[in-house]
Amino acid sequence: MDKVLDFIPSIPLAEMTEDFTDWLTSTFSFLFDPIKEHFGTFMETTSEFLLNIPALIIIVLVAVGAFLISGKKFGLAVFSIVGLWFIYNQGLWEQLMETFTLVLLASILSVIIGVPFGILMSKSRTAEAIITPILDFMQTMPAFVYLIPAVAFFGIGMVPGVFASLIFATPPTVRFTNLGIRQVSKELVEASEAFGSTGSQKLFKVELPMAKATIMAGINQTVMLSLSMVVIASMIGAPGLGREVLSSLQRAQVGTGFVAGVGIVILAIVIDRYTQNVNAKKE
Amino acid sequence: MPVIEAKNLSKVFGKNKKQAFKLLDQGLTKDEILEKTGATVGVNRATFSVEAGEIFVIMGLSGSGKSTLVRLINRLIEPSEGNIYIDGEDLSAMDKQELRKIRREKLSMVFQRFALFPHRTILENAEFGLEIQNVPKEEREKKAKEALEMVGLGGYLHQKPNQLSGGMQQRVGLARALANDPEVLLMDEAFSALDPLIRKDMQDELIDLQASMKKTIVFITHDLDEALRIGDRIALMKDGAIVQIGSPEEILVNPANDYVEKFVEDVDRSKVLSAHHIMKRPETVNIEKHGPRVALERMREEGLSSMFVVDSKRNLKGYITADDASDARQKGITNFQDILQNDIPKVDKETPMTEIFDMIYDSPIPLAVVENGKLVGIIVRGAVIAALAGEGEVNVDNG
Repeated sequence: MDKVLDFIPSIPLAEMTEDFTDWLTSTFSFLFDPIKEHFGTFMETTSEFLLNIPALIIIVLVAVGAFLISGKKFGLAVFSIVGLWFIYNQGLWEQLMETFTLVLLASILSVIIGVPFGILMSKSRTAEAIITPILDFMQTMPAFVYLIPAVAFFGIGMVPGVFASLIFATPPTVRFTNLGIRQVSKELVEASEAFGSTGSQKLFKVELPMAKATIMAGINQTVMLSLSMVVIASMIGAPGLGREVLSSLQRAQVGTGFVAGVGIVILAIVIDRYTQNVNAKKE
Repeated sequence: MPVIEAKNLSKVFGKNKKQAFKLLDQGLTKDEILEKTGATVGVNRATFSVEAGEIFVIMGLSGSGKSTLVRLINRLIEPSEGNIYIDGEDLSAMDKQELRKIRREKLSMVFQRFALFPHRTILENAEFGLEIQNVPKEEREKKAKEALEMVGLGGYLHQKPNQLSGGMQQRVGLARALANDPEVLLMDEAFSALDPLIRKDMQDELIDLQASMKKTIVFITHDLDEALRIGDRIALMKDGAIVQIGSPEEILVNPANDYVEKFVEDVDRSKVLSAHHIMKRPETVNIEKHGPRVALERMREEGLSSMFVVDSKRNLKGYITADDASDARQKGITNFQDILQNDIPKVDKETPMTEIFDMIYDSPIPLAVVENGKLVGIIVRGAVIAALAGEGEVNVDNG
């Protein structure tokens, strides 16, 4: 019976993918190499800049910011002070800044790329039909898989980490932008058209402002996914809290691993509450 | 030249448009066409024209195509067939840019659910139409403020729409539409989402505003009372087609077919009928020729207990009662001077039914309908009740 199934010999998808990646790497190295170099330098500079600021000042700034954006409540501010001090106390401040740099840049890039694609999707059924399955693919493919071409393109370090994170974390922003714009009430869209808006006037004066809350929810998700991805990216040499977890794993050090994990959780909570509050406040 | 002119304006939604039109030509109904082709007939060959300064009401039940029709006028919905002309220019042939220009300068729209931008203040909402024309900030603020003043919202400039009541929100919608001083206002069920009392206020206000603005208004509604109240002319729609166009009175008094008749059956006729619709030819005696004896005889003939007295030019002089006339005859009086009574309840031809109720309720004698001092008719209680019930003969020609 299996002969039926064996009728077609094994398709060399793995080899094809490899060849394709090799081809991409060699063909576009003129593009990848400068990115690796310049963007890598830029990221190192950013995290060095953050490290040059005394930890106390950063903690105070984060706390004051938390107090202001949460509507003058103390909860988040107190949590930020205690949490960040704890990370400092455990000697993980440098790793924290590195991880934060990665998350920050990966998220910014995701938003810059994701929002326009979301707008495109909301405006065209064809675009939506093409992009939706790609997004599904991007999100369901195990995140580790992205690390492999990332290394091929950009070597090891921060840059491939950001690249992998981009692929993994951009979809929510695209989806929510599309959703937000499509949810804008038909009457409002009609109103803007009835008064003679051009396409871009409609987009910037009505659709994007109306979809803002939804888009921000998507961005919040993107930021959280970026964080989870930059932790995984430690496997290809991205520095930060993830690397601590990874090395504890390799050496079976439960304690260190746990401490670094808690650090990630604290960072996640602070970032999450920050983005959510920014969203709520502007509504 | 009419401001708006629609010629065979049609909209079919869905595929098989050609087949749907063919079946329409064969006289099939909307439901039959939906079943056979899967296409929905939105508007079926609407032809009408609206003159400058007119309030043209398009009325129909939900699903009759009236909201589609109003969107065909500014091409928010593309017509499948037919043409729409604004000031003689064919809108259906325009490219996007020309269409935008017309929308910006000539056509404004007011929406059923207000469609205010929640992220903008009242002032910014009113400015919207000017803002997208890139009018300088100062000028557009000035115009928007004027429009808001006009609808009585001068004091709410910096509130957000959700801080206002429904009636006030729709005033903002109206101000937004008026701010760029359009020729034509398209009002899509503009007052339908408001509660009845507020709705009435808004109708009154629209009528007041219209008296000074003289815009051309296309007003969509499903409420016949509203249509009768504000419309100069009414177009009645059914299944996408216009069934009848006419003044409120024509629609009510001469329904074109059973559908219209059924539609107007429940209307509060007291709001549209006035004295001349229900008055009767008066039985009178002439003060110059007749005396109490003739009067009594005529009253007996007609079965009346009183009668109006006029002179030879039909000027109303007063009335006499049967009792007084019979007293006078016994006393041998031969003229009316002593028994003539002058406290006559008078109305003119245009007095609405609602006022007639109160007068006739208190009056022992019929009401006199007077024009320039001359008696032109009388109104008796029975006629009022019959007219309200929609049964009595209603006069149109002598209006």
